[in-house]
Amino acid sequence: MTTPVLEVKDLRVHFFLDEGVVRAVDGVSFDVRPGQVVGIVGESGCGKSVTMKAILQIVEPPGRIVAGQILFRQDAAPAVDLARLSPKGTAMRAIRGAEIALIPQEPMAAFSPVHTVGDQITEALRLHERQWRGAGPRLSRREARGMTVDLLRSVGISMPEARVDAYSWQLSGGLRQRAMIAMALSCRPRLLIADEPTTAIDVTTQAQILNLLRDLQRRHDTAIVFITHDLGVIAQMAHHVVVMYLGRVMEQGSVADIFHAPKHPYTRALLRSIPSVHATPRTLLPTIAGSIPHPLGRPRGCPFHPRCPDAIPGVCTERVPALKPVGREQRASCFLYHRDEAAER
Amino acid sequence: MSAPATPWLLEVRHLRKSFPIRRGFNRKLVGAVRAVDDVSFTIREGETLGLVGESGCGKTTTARCILRALAPTSGEILFRPAGGRVVDLAPLSRAELRPLRPQIQMIFQDPFGSLNPRMTIFENVGEPLLVNGLRDRRARLARVAALLELTGLRPEYMHRFPHAFSGGQRQRIGIARALATEPRLVVADEPVSALDVSVQAQVLNLLLELQARLHLTFLFVAHDLAVVKHVSDRVAVMYVGQIVELATTEAIFAQPRHPYTAALLRAVPVPDPHAASGDVALTGEVANPANPPSGCYFRPRCPFTTQVCRTEPPLLRELGAGRLVRCHRAEELTLAGV
Amino acid sequence: MTEPAPATPDTAEDRVSVASNWRLVWWRFRKHRLALLSALLLLALYVVVLCPDFFSTQDPEATDARLAFIPLQRLHVLDGGRPSPWVPDVVGKRNPTTLRMEWRVDESRKIPVRFFVTGYSYRLLGIVQTRTHLLGAATADGRERLYLLGTDRLGRDQWSRLVHGTRTSMTIGLTAVTFSVVLGVLLGGISGYFGGLADVVIQRLIELLQSLPTIPIWLALTAALPRDWSPPQVFFAITVILSLVGWTTLGREVRGRFLTLRDEDFVLAAELAGASQGRIIARHMVPTFLSHIIATSTLAIPAMIINETSLSFLGLGIRPPAISWGVLLQEAQNIQTVALAPWLLVPGLVVILSVLAFNLVGDGLRDAADPYSQ
Repeated sequence: MTTPVLEVKDLRVHFFLDEGVVRAVDGVSFDVRPGQVVGIVGESGCGKSVTMKAILQIVEPPGRIVAGQILFRQDAAPAVDLARLSPKGTAMRAIRGAEIALIPQEPMAAFSPVHTVGDQITEALRLHERQWRGAGPRLSRREARGMTVDLLRSVGISMPEARVDAYSWQLSGGLRQRAMIAMALSCRPRLLIADEPTTAIDVTTQAQILNLLRDLQRRHDTAIVFITHDLGVIAQMAHHVVVMYLGRVMEQGSVADIFHAPKHPYTRALLRSIPSVHATPRTLLPTIAGSIPHPLGRPRGCPFHPRCPDAIPGVCTERVPALKPVGREQRASCFLYHRDEAAER
Repeated sequence: MSAPATPWLLEVRHLRKSFPIRRGFNRKLVGAVRAVDDVSFTIREGETLGLVGESGCGKTTTARCILRALAPTSGEILFRPAGGRVVDLAPLSRAELRPLRPQIQMIFQDPFGSLNPRMTIFENVGEPLLVNGLRDRRARLARVAALLELTGLRPEYMHRFPHAFSGGQRQRIGIARALATEPRLVVADEPVSALDVSVQAQVLNLLLELQARLHLTFLFVAHDLAVVKHVSDRVAVMYVGQIVELATTEAIFAQPRHPYTAALLRAVPVPDPHAASGDVALTGEVANPANPPSGCYFRPRCPFTTQVCRTEPPLLRELGAGRLVRCHRAEELTLAGV
Repeated sequence: MTEPAPATPDTAEDRVSVASNWRLVWWRFRKHRLALLSALLLLALYVVVLCPDFFSTQDPEATDARLAFIPLQRLHVLDGGRPSPWVPDVVGKRNPTTLRMEWRVDESRKIPVRFFVTGYSYRLLGIVQTRTHLLGAATADGRERLYLLGTDRLGRDQWSRLVHGTRTSMTIGLTAVTFSVVLGVLLGGISGYFGGLADVVIQRLIELLQSLPTIPIWLALTAALPRDWSPPQVFFAITVILSLVGWTTLGREVRGRFLTLRDEDFVLAAELAGASQGRIIARHMVPTFLSHIIATSTLAIPAMIINETSLSFLGLGIRPPAISWGVLLQEAQNIQTVALAPWLLVPGLVVILSVLAFNLVGDGLRDAADPYSQ
């Protein structure tokens, strides 16, 4: 077992609003190993986006990290706890973009409309030059441009010499997302965070982008944290899956375990309720009763218990289950498997 | 397949809708975006026709033309109203459409934008009733209560405002509103794509139940093939403004006859790590509806293209058993389904 | 298959779910302390506007050359520890050289201040004939000697004039903005909703009006007013002139709103239900941005007040004997007067306060009236 690139330990991110405290992330732990794709899946309000923001230290006020550790390991150097770093400090800025890169959901919103795509990638290259290039003479303009063109070609953009001078709004959705991936990979990050990268694009383009990501990941051995609500994409991309609900991890495991042997009632119910192209048409889908609670109205005890068909009265309504092993690599937080364990409130 | 016993409710014939492109100071016409380019289909009473395709294929524009939120450029939209003669909706004026409006309603995609935030649920759902003559407030209250119960909401919530409800609940309210005037045809424009996964299933089930109970007819527009499979009797696949294939749901998913349909099916990632899906079968980008390729629009991306595909645009023709395909090579190709 | 639980928890948040937009706006507005204070101040000012005579101590137009340039008498609230308001008396001495009366404040002689005294007669709200005033002081010989803000060169009591001036200036501000709003919403709405030729014409008109230099236009228009018009007619004319130029910004904003609202799903839903265009505009579109319009209008009032004050200060707006803040400030136009009688500048202070208050309230409203966030 190689040492993980990223270890999130009991992360808690709370939002302090006038109306109350929203516990957006409430005790999340998972590991990411080099070369591995970890898929974080969940519905709205589960805290997956906030977790991503916490890793990059871009949580907006009134939210902040209140507890937990985010240990990031660079080579042989000792692990840095990102949660302790100041969001605007030099240490975090050196990591952000260079060591940990983000592929955001909306490429249109992520690119500046007044700078060409090439300019923005070059900016990233030159900003983090020292980190990916090490010591030596500074990158010249021509060199940077050449590297940018190569980058664009490597993500499958045709005619990169022309496209490097294009503005983001001149490119189609698929090309824009590829350019975004090129920018994210420009400084050879150790960890790539992909935040719903294919939600805003068509299914055929999505297939191309997913293929590209898989290919790049194999080539550069980058670790990827892939955040999405689409279980189909997770099944195709991830090696390891983390299922979140209302700020907590419900279940974790290898992709085969999660999809073929899910243990947590939420995971099971979720998998059953997705429409599938293999199903018989016009049949009723098994649904999860109720709806996701309001963030200020968190249920007592296990967050899923009001909707859980297997809730144990008196246990699930009172105590919060801890994430404990239920298989070789699989872990679930559910009292059906661990009667006596309970996390701290 | 034997001739259908149920009559058709809607027949669309050669529907076209172009948006002009104007450039320059004097707004000179330089071209047109052919958003809907010769679309024809029929919907029978009580059935659901799924209209599927990627962005820019024209499915939403088609739906809006049928609703007459837009005026088509040409073509016919034949509608059979309750107890009346068949009428062509395409050339009708606003005033002429007004009496027919209650019979064709829409379910919107965005649960947050489709309800007036300044009006209570009662006022939102009761609007079609009030506008169509039901002035008695008590009668409206009763009817709105019944509609809310029908869609799975507690009637006492009708005095709340939309901001108090979740996305799924708002979508139910939108469905209640669409059903207020007892429409014959309901156009659902991506009704579940903005909802969470667990809520999608609830709303899809609701639509199926309501259809069975109230004998509704749906035109279901979506980009998600799995969702379309769940609710549709027949499916039409669109690409760049044209229908490229139309068949029953089972047939189209089991054995597609158009290369684009097959590619779409292949591209959908399936929640099964051992299944091969989400593969790349298509290269290139979706064709530009303002400047489509010559001959078959799908030609540049199609793995099976031949010389004739470049020169001659294929027509939508019947391939037996109610299946329509727009491809020169439909008979000879064997394509994999799911 | 009934929904078991509502989206918002059933406890205190029930109020939120049935709260209309206006209530939510009020709740958000309440949190801005400064805006709330300013709103109270403005409310107080508008109470004064309703019945200025009640708050005056003397007839604002009564002149008496002997009473010129009386300094302001500071109001003391406590008298030897007990709450008993009093003002120091003023003593006048004729200057032998200039033969003018010179007044100074004599702290040793105290005049008690009483509430709800009898003074000059007036009509309350234009209906009820009465003689009661809020404040007053009576000397032994029965003459009023309460000059809370001193007098000007004609011996007129500044406090009473200020109170009357407040009525004019605040009313013009409000009326002019109301006209502007009506014009702006109407023309902006037509422009945005119907588009086409109407849109083009109205937009060009707005551009034309906005490119005209405002001050020369006002000067020209007000100078063109006949000199023999009565103060109320001049008042009305000034208001109309101010609003004719002021509607353009609002018109543009309203047009923008209509353009975006036209594409909203709920507007389309109303159309599909069969609602008439009038109903869609009045019932669906206008209410969604009404709170924003009100916030913007509140921010436009200070500009109108300053415009009127400036015009009147230059002698081109409200003219004496009508009273407004600008007219009052006319008296403080030269250095000598200001050096001799600095209390004549107090109307300027009131202008600043009221403008600040409007700005703060407008800011608070604008922040509170954000479009519904889900």
